[in-house]
Amino acid sequence: MRELEPSATPRAVRRPRGILIPLWLGYVFLYLPILIVVIMSFNDSENLFVWRGFSLRWYPEVFADGALMQGLGNTIIVATGATAIATVLGTLLAYGIQHYTRGGFVRAFAIAPAILPDLLLGIGLLTLFSLLGITLGLHSVILAHAVFATAFVTAIVLARMASLDPSLEEASRDLGAGPVRTFLRVTLPQLAPGIVAGALLAFTLSLDEFVIAFFTTAPTQPTLPIVIYSMVRFGVTPEVNALASLLLLVSVVTVIAAQRLTRLTGSPK
Amino acid sequence: MTSAPLLRVDGVRAVYGDTVALHDVSLDIGDNEFFALLGPSGCGKTTLLRSIAGFETPASGRIEVDGQDLLRMPPHKRPVNMMFQSYALFPHMSVEKNIGYGLEAEGLGRAEIARRVAEVVEVVGLGPLAKRRPSQLSGGQRQRVALARAIVKRPRLLLLDEPLSALDRQVRASMQLELKRLQHEVGLTFVVVTHDQEEAMSMADRIAVLRDGRLEQLATPQELYANPASRFVASFIGSANLLDGTTTADGVDVPGLGVVPAAHAMPVGAQATAVVRPEDLELTDAATTPLRGTVIDTYFLGGASTISVEVDGLPAPVLATVHGASRLARGESVGVRFGRTSVVARDAADAAASVQEAVSA
Repeated sequence: MRELEPSATPRAVRRPRGILIPLWLGYVFLYLPILIVVIMSFNDSENLFVWRGFSLRWYPEVFADGALMQGLGNTIIVATGATAIATVLGTLLAYGIQHYTRGGFVRAFAIAPAILPDLLLGIGLLTLFSLLGITLGLHSVILAHAVFATAFVTAIVLARMASLDPSLEEASRDLGAGPVRTFLRVTLPQLAPGIVAGALLAFTLSLDEFVIAFFTTAPTQPTLPIVIYSMVRFGVTPEVNALASLLLLVSVVTVIAAQRLTRLTGSPK
Repeated sequence: MTSAPLLRVDGVRAVYGDTVALHDVSLDIGDNEFFALLGPSGCGKTTLLRSIAGFETPASGRIEVDGQDLLRMPPHKRPVNMMFQSYALFPHMSVEKNIGYGLEAEGLGRAEIARRVAEVVEVVGLGPLAKRRPSQLSGGQRQRVALARAIVKRPRLLLLDEPLSALDRQVRASMQLELKRLQHEVGLTFVVVTHDQEEAMSMADRIAVLRDGRLEQLATPQELYANPASRFVASFIGSANLLDGTTTADGVDVPGLGVVPAAHAMPVGAQATAVVRPEDLELTDAATTPLRGTVIDTYFLGGASTISVEVDGLPAPVLATVHGASRLARGESVGVRFGRTSVVARDAADAAASVQEAVSA
């Protein structure tokens, strides 16, 4: 007897190609500016808007530029400091909100700085610093960035916390672990992916933050975005394109790393 | 001399906002007992269990283990352990680490922990899985880990919150036997919360039936089945034919049916329900029996058959159980005789329930 032939795998329904056009237009709209920056960073010309051939010469110049390097150094210090503060504070805040409050009121107030206008935060922080007699410098930018970064970390850690089984902590207590041991051995490892994701986001946001840093830093200690801003006022040089491309590379690597980490430490459901 | 109870629950009252979850519940549980808290959802059984574990604080009342007041201790100091309904295994720890967690918290040495973990892993049959993560285990295996993690602590009392509800049917049946075997083997006192009466009946030495935060009856499974204390218990435990009426000197006068004879200790004229188990309802020759009915359907279940019969004058059909297959056909006329009948009182809540039954029947 002849064996039955395996039935053909069902073919996907053909969609009209025209529907894809708005999709591609959307992507072009989103990514064309970025693409142009990357392409122009390899432009041999001094003139930003004329292509004269491929060259890598702008990349070494970024590192030779003293002002840019100072700005980059400042930015890394600020982002690192603000991320450290925001990660600790945001995690504790999220833990407190989840365990000791009911309703969304307190929660909303913890997360609000993430969406408040930067201008408002900048002016408010500048006023506060002068009222308290705090001098301006990198430390004041660190504190200022920690404010909005904390809000982001809180939001992300809270979301992670909401996805956890609340009986995990009860089980730990039930097995004889006190509140501190429970937090360190059960809660914290479970929150880790959220905390790491929050920290990376805080770091990236601080890296290119302009408005708040502009208000709260001393003129002698500009962060990278401020340095670039002042350069651009005298005309954009191709060097800036090279720098922007490098920052893009750092961001992409960070995002990929964050996703990998989340997958590694995430609790498989 | 009778020994003092292991667990004493005395007048425990629990309140959430405006609703009372437990109305002054009192019960004693003895050493080595397999005890079940049984009731429909919202009856307060889980609240009681969580109060014993320390995750809920009763408004009043006492809970003691070995005469020690539990309510004054935080959960991590109580000599009881709980197996959670979700199992609550720590996803970032291996099976071994999960089981050893509670011993670590006690501050035991590494060698001692390893020895006791290995011992328990053997008892629950998890040997080859010790290094795995919970996510790599099946439902039944996870349940064993949760059980091992709790019994390795050698608690005075093991609390199990719906221990079998997350398992599929076949695993559930074997785990029922397994739990009972383990309870004997490790010599612990088990308190199981369940909404499944079959589960409670097959496993427990004694069962407390809860309803709307009140203790309806506390008895052995046999006693609950044979002598239910209320209409609710009669309908919740096993299946039963419930015939509502009023008491007479020698039975219950059921409207449309007449007097169903039964012994009882209630005053004449009280609201009551005659309870007849399906196996006590006899189907006979229609010609020789005064009470007649018509067969609606027969259900063959292998060892036994259930026959549903419409009796003239009764709003809902009655059920009878016979051994083996039944030769009765749909539409056939039969005689109905009530055998062993018990009588329970009927209150306002029961009246509402019986109206619902009639509507849904």
